[in-house]
Amino acid sequence: MSSVNLIILGMMIVTYLPRVVPFFMVDHERLPNKVKQFLEYIPYTALGVLVLPGTLTAVPEHLTASVIGIIFTVAYSYFKGGIIISVIGTIGIVYLLLLTGIF
Amino acid sequence: MILEILDKKQGFKDGFPIFLGYFPIAITFGILSSNTGLTFFETISFSIIVFAGASQFIAVKMIAVAASPVAIILTTLFLNFRHFLMSASLSARLKVKHKGVKGFIGFFITDETFSVASFAKGQLTASYMMTMTITGYLGWCLGTAFGYLLGGVLPKLLQLSMGIGLYAMFVALLVPKIKGNRLGLLLAISSGLLNTFLLKVIHLSSGWSIVLSIVIISLTATIIVKGEKYE
Repeated sequence: MSSVNLIILGMMIVTYLPRVVPFFMVDHERLPNKVKQFLEYIPYTALGVLVLPGTLTAVPEHLTASVIGIIFTVAYSYFKGGIIISVIGTIGIVYLLLLTGIF
Repeated sequence: MILEILDKKQGFKDGFPIFLGYFPIAITFGILSSNTGLTFFETISFSIIVFAGASQFIAVKMIAVAASPVAIILTTLFLNFRHFLMSASLSARLKVKHKGVKGFIGFFITDETFSVASFAKGQLTASYMMTMTITGYLGWCLGTAFGYLLGGVLPKLLQLSMGIGLYAMFVALLVPKIKGNRLGLLLAISSGLLNTFLLKVIHLSSGWSIVLSIVIISLTATIIVKGEKYE
């Protein structure tokens, strides 16, 4: 087996296991309330780390365009909601900003 | 509370932004992999078998400098360990009994599919989870193939702009959930700031920084906040 194939296989195992093991480990009914509470907070804290600081470097070397794009996302999802339009609109705005060549 | 049962159609709809976000990133991966000298088969195998965004990029860059397979695999383990926390959180809401199906869905848990599933209103059925995650997965695999075979199929500026797509999705998922939810807002902002601090000031690797930020902030809040549901 070539070393690249070995790497792919090894990566598959170490990627898959952390994703799947909790599905068979956590018996939600039996968990203490404090553990349930901890697990309920994870979507919020996880989204926090996924957004910051990554958003600022989402469009490499175009910080201003990224920030303006995300301001639109925040405003649109706050007042209107809807994921698809938020995503396409943000991409569109960033694209137009880059086309101007200023940002 | 009776929750709406999420169906295939909703799964496709919710998976589409992930498809859109993955596609241009996967193109970049295909191009990088081709420039590094990997074969098409190896490149597409990465995306089909591993399905692990950032760690695929790191792996190919490490292959380029002839790093040892063990080092590459360990780096991947650290970087992807955060999914353990995400799956544990999701597990409580997963309405799937069949073990094989659970094992199958587990393969498709990424930052993006976790985020969409976490904030989906309704029961996470097997058919919803499969259509949502596989729609995203197709974007990843197709983008990889396109990138390897055709290089920059998209105009360069458009490709660059599409890099904001997944972040826009994260923000658009989060904002309605933290609107009028002070605890949720506080949790998200403090973990984001802690992550920024650990990465930029302490210079931790991103695998450690992400896991530590999630655990420290969630744990602190669990200790401080009284047990009742806050929603």
